[in-house]
Amino acid sequence: MINILLFAHLQELIGESKLCIDLSNLTVGQIKEWMETQYSQVNLQHVMTAVNEEFATDATVVKEGDTIAFIPPISGG
Amino acid sequence: MTTSLFEIIDKPIDVEEVRQKVTDRNAGAITVFIGTVREMTKGKKTLHLEYQAYPSMAIKMFEQISKEIQERWPEAKVAISHRVGHLEISDIAVVIAVSSPHRKIAYEANEFAIDRIKQIVPIWKKEYWEDGTEWIGDQLENVPYPKGNPSTSEEESCD
Repeated sequence: MINILLFAHLQELIGESKLCIDLSNLTVGQIKEWMETQYSQVNLQHVMTAVNEEFATDATVVKEGDTIAFIPPISGG
Repeated sequence: MTTSLFEIIDKPIDVEEVRQKVTDRNAGAITVFIGTVREMTKGKKTLHLEYQAYPSMAIKMFEQISKEIQERWPEAKVAISHRVGHLEISDIAVVIAVSSPHRKIAYEANEFAIDRIKQIVPIWKKEYWEDGTEWIGDQLENVPYPKGNPSTSEEESCD
Protein backbone atom coordinates (compact mmCIF):
# COMPACT_ATOMS: atom_id res chain seq x y z
CA MET A 1 0.00 0.00 0.00
CA ILE A 2 1.08 3.56 -0.60
CA ASN A 3 -0.43 6.79 0.65
CA ILE A 4 -1.25 9.57 -1.78
CA LEU A 5 -1.72 13.09 -0.42
CA LEU A 6 -3.69 15.69 -2.36
CA PHE A 7 -3.76 19.44 -1.87
CA ALA A 8 -5.41 22.60 -3.16
CA HIS A 9 -7.37 22.17 -6.41
CA LEU A 10 -6.40 18.48 -6.70
CA GLN A 11 -8.05 17.82 -3.34
CA GLU A 12 -11.22 19.52 -4.56
CA LEU A 13 -11.26 17.80 -7.97
CA ILE A 14 -10.87 14.34 -6.48
CA GLY A 15 -12.86 15.03 -3.33
CA GLU A 16 -10.33 13.43 -0.99
CA SER A 17 -7.25 14.69 0.84
CA LYS A 18 -5.70 11.24 1.08
CA LEU A 19 -5.88 8.06 -0.95
CA CYS A 20 -4.56 4.70 0.10
CA ILE A 21 -3.85 2.48 -2.87
CA ASP A 22 -2.64 -1.05 -3.37
CA LEU A 23 0.31 -0.24 -5.60
CA SER A 24 4.03 -0.14 -4.90
CA ASN A 25 7.39 -0.27 -6.66
CA LEU A 26 6.11 2.02 -9.36
CA THR A 27 7.82 5.21 -10.39
CA VAL A 28 6.30 8.60 -9.67
CA GLY A 29 5.69 8.92 -13.43
CA GLN A 30 3.76 5.66 -13.50
CA ILE A 31 1.67 6.69 -10.51
CA LYS A 32 0.86 9.98 -12.22
CA GLU A 33 -0.34 8.05 -15.27
CA TRP A 34 -2.41 5.75 -13.04
CA MET A 35 -3.98 8.77 -11.32
CA GLU A 36 -4.86 10.41 -14.62
CA THR A 37 -6.53 7.19 -15.76
CA GLN A 38 -8.50 6.79 -12.54
CA TYR A 39 -9.45 10.45 -12.30
CA SER A 40 -9.93 11.82 -15.80
CA GLN A 41 -10.60 15.31 -14.42
CA VAL A 42 -7.01 15.52 -13.18
CA ASN A 43 -3.93 16.71 -15.09
CA LEU A 44 -0.65 16.14 -13.26
CA GLN A 45 1.68 17.45 -15.95
CA HIS A 46 2.77 20.57 -14.08
CA VAL A 47 2.39 19.08 -10.63
CA MET A 48 5.48 18.40 -8.57
CA THR A 49 5.73 15.41 -6.30
CA ALA A 50 7.27 14.64 -2.95
CA VAL A 51 7.99 11.17 -1.67
CA ASN A 52 8.20 10.97 2.12
CA GLU A 53 8.32 14.77 2.32
CA GLU A 54 11.26 15.22 -0.06
CA PHE A 55 10.87 16.54 -3.61
CA ALA A 56 11.05 13.67 -6.09
CA THR A 57 11.32 13.25 -9.86
CA ASP A 58 9.19 11.17 -12.23
CA ALA A 59 11.90 8.47 -12.03
CA THR A 60 11.73 8.12 -8.24
CA VAL A 61 10.49 4.68 -7.20
CA VAL A 62 7.66 4.61 -4.66
CA LYS A 63 7.89 1.65 -2.32
CA GLU A 64 5.55 -0.13 0.03
CA GLY A 65 4.49 2.18 2.87
CA ASP A 66 5.77 5.33 1.17
CA THR A 67 3.78 8.56 1.09
CA ILE A 68 3.61 10.39 -2.22
CA ALA A 69 2.27 13.93 -2.23
CA PHE A 70 1.19 15.78 -5.35
CA ILE A 71 2.31 19.38 -5.00
CA PRO A 72 0.52 21.80 -7.35
CA PRO A 73 2.30 25.10 -8.04
CA ILE A 74 2.70 26.69 -4.64
CA SER A 75 1.56 30.13 -3.53
CA GLY A 76 2.60 30.63 0.07
CA GLY A 77 4.13 33.69 1.64
CA MET B 1 4.40 30.12 23.78
CA THR B 2 6.10 27.71 21.48
CA THR B 3 9.85 27.31 21.27
CA SER B 4 9.94 25.85 17.77
CA LEU B 5 11.65 28.15 15.27
CA PHE B 6 9.39 27.03 12.41
CA GLU B 7 5.63 26.81 12.58
CA ILE B 8 2.50 26.29 10.54
CA ILE B 9 -0.36 27.61 12.68
CA ASP B 10 -4.11 28.05 12.32
CA LYS B 11 -4.38 30.94 14.76
CA PRO B 12 -3.21 34.56 14.44
CA ILE B 13 0.58 34.88 14.50
CA ASP B 14 2.11 36.72 17.46
CA VAL B 15 4.80 38.84 15.75
CA GLU B 16 6.62 39.60 18.99
CA GLU B 17 6.82 35.92 19.82
CA VAL B 18 8.52 35.18 16.46
CA ARG B 19 10.96 38.05 17.05
CA GLN B 20 11.85 36.75 20.49
CA LYS B 21 12.84 33.38 19.05
CA VAL B 22 15.84 34.90 17.25
CA THR B 23 16.95 37.11 20.13
CA ASP B 24 20.70 36.76 20.63
CA ARG B 25 23.18 38.62 22.82
CA ASN B 26 25.48 38.93 19.80
CA ALA B 27 22.75 40.30 17.55
CA GLY B 28 22.95 43.95 16.61
CA ALA B 29 19.95 43.77 14.31
CA ILE B 30 16.69 41.89 13.91
CA THR B 31 14.63 42.24 10.75
CA VAL B 32 10.98 41.20 10.88
CA PHE B 33 9.08 40.65 7.65
CA ILE B 34 5.30 40.56 7.90
CA GLY B 35 3.36 39.29 4.90
CA THR B 36 -0.26 40.44 4.91
CA VAL B 37 -3.41 39.76 2.88
CA ARG B 38 -3.80 42.32 0.09
CA GLU B 39 -7.21 43.47 -1.07
CA MET B 40 -6.52 44.57 -4.67
CA THR B 41 -4.44 42.49 -7.11
CA LYS B 42 -4.28 43.76 -10.70
CA GLY B 43 -7.62 45.51 -10.28
CA LYS B 44 -9.36 42.49 -8.81
CA LYS B 45 -10.80 42.68 -5.33
CA THR B 46 -10.07 39.88 -2.88
CA LEU B 47 -12.79 39.29 -0.28
CA HIS B 48 -10.78 36.87 1.83
CA LEU B 49 -8.26 34.05 1.51
CA GLU B 50 -7.75 30.50 2.56
CA TYR B 51 -4.27 29.04 3.04
CA GLN B 52 -3.59 25.33 3.04
CA ALA B 53 -0.27 23.62 3.82
CA TYR B 54 1.38 20.22 3.83
CA PRO B 55 2.55 20.94 7.36
CA SER B 56 5.16 18.27 8.00
CA MET B 57 6.90 18.92 4.69
CA ALA B 58 6.53 22.69 5.05
CA ILE B 59 8.43 22.54 8.34
CA LYS B 60 11.18 20.48 6.66
CA MET B 61 11.42 23.09 3.91
CA PHE B 62 11.65 25.90 6.49
CA GLU B 63 14.52 23.96 8.07
CA GLN B 64 16.16 23.63 4.67
CA ILE B 65 15.85 27.39 4.11
CA SER B 66 17.44 27.92 7.52
CA LYS B 67 20.29 25.62 6.51
CA GLU B 68 20.79 27.55 3.28
CA ILE B 69 20.90 30.78 5.28
CA GLN B 70 23.47 29.27 7.65
CA GLU B 71 25.65 28.35 4.67
CA ARG B 72 25.54 31.89 3.30
CA TRP B 73 25.44 33.87 6.53
CA PRO B 74 26.70 31.68 9.41
CA GLU B 75 25.87 34.26 12.07
CA ALA B 76 22.24 34.75 11.05
CA LYS B 77 19.42 33.09 12.93
CA VAL B 78 15.93 32.72 11.43
CA ALA B 79 12.42 31.94 12.68
CA ILE B 80 9.37 31.55 10.43
CA SER B 81 5.65 31.23 11.21
CA HIS B 82 3.08 30.75 8.44
CA ARG B 83 -0.64 30.87 9.01
CA VAL B 84 -3.18 28.49 7.47
CA GLY B 85 -6.98 28.58 7.28
CA HIS B 86 -9.31 31.50 6.67
CA LEU B 87 -7.68 34.97 6.53
CA GLU B 88 -9.29 38.37 6.13
CA ILE B 89 -7.83 41.41 4.36
CA SER B 90 -4.81 42.79 6.29
CA ASP B 91 -4.43 39.63 8.36
CA ILE B 92 -0.88 38.39 8.81
CA ALA B 93 -0.07 35.36 6.66
CA VAL B 94 3.63 34.96 7.36
CA VAL B 95 6.24 36.34 9.76
CA ILE B 96 9.99 35.94 9.23
CA ALA B 97 12.46 37.16 11.86
CA VAL B 98 16.21 37.18 11.26
CA SER B 99 18.85 38.28 13.74
CA SER B 100 22.52 38.90 13.00
CA PRO B 101 25.41 40.91 14.42
CA HIS B 102 24.98 43.59 11.71
CA ARG B 103 21.92 44.86 9.83
CA LYS B 104 22.94 44.14 6.23
CA ILE B 105 22.89 40.38 6.72
CA ALA B 106 19.60 40.56 8.63
CA TYR B 107 17.98 42.33 5.66
CA GLU B 108 19.52 40.08 3.01
CA ALA B 109 18.81 36.81 4.78
CA ASN B 110 15.22 37.87 5.44
CA GLU B 111 14.57 38.61 1.77
CA PHE B 112 16.25 35.33 0.83
CA ALA B 113 13.89 33.50 3.19
CA ILE B 114 10.66 34.90 1.69
CA ASP B 115 11.92 34.27 -1.85
CA ARG B 116 12.68 30.64 -0.99
CA ILE B 117 9.33 30.19 0.78
CA LYS B 118 7.64 31.12 -2.49
CA GLN B 119 9.76 28.54 -4.33
CA ILE B 120 9.90 25.41 -2.18
CA VAL B 121 7.46 25.43 0.74
CA PRO B 122 4.23 23.48 0.08
CA ILE B 123 1.64 26.10 0.97
CA TRP B 124 -1.29 27.13 -1.22
CA LYS B 125 -3.52 30.18 -1.30
CA LYS B 126 -7.15 30.16 -2.41
CA GLU B 127 -8.52 33.53 -3.45
CA TYR B 128 -12.18 34.35 -2.86
CA TRP B 129 -13.43 37.10 -5.18
CA GLU B 130 -16.88 38.56 -5.70
CA ASP B 131 -17.30 36.42 -8.83
CA GLY B 132 -15.60 33.18 -7.83
CA THR B 133 -12.66 31.39 -6.27
CA GLU B 134 -9.33 30.03 -7.43
CA TRP B 135 -6.35 28.16 -6.00
CA ILE B 136 -3.40 30.34 -6.93
CA GLY B 137 -0.28 28.85 -8.43
CA ASP B 138 1.64 31.76 -9.82
CA GLN B 139 5.02 30.10 -9.90
CA LEU B 140 4.88 27.83 -12.90
CA GLU B 141 8.22 29.18 -14.03
CA ASN B 142 9.85 27.66 -10.97
CA VAL B 143 10.73 24.01 -11.04
CA PRO B 144 12.17 23.59 -7.59
CA TYR B 145 13.48 20.08 -7.39
CA PRO B 146 16.19 20.82 -4.85
CA LYS B 147 19.22 18.67 -4.41
CA GLY B 148 18.93 15.37 -2.66
CA ASN B 149 16.99 12.21 -3.13
CA PRO B 150 13.78 11.41 -1.35
CA SER B 151 14.24 9.82 2.01
CA THR B 152 12.69 6.42 2.45
CA SER B 153 13.25 6.25 6.17
CA GLU B 154 9.80 7.37 7.21
CA GLU B 155 6.89 5.06 6.86
CA GLU B 156 3.26 5.80 7.49
CA SER B 157 0.56 3.24 7.59
CA CYS B 158 -2.72 3.59 5.76
CA ASP B 159 -5.73 4.55 7.83
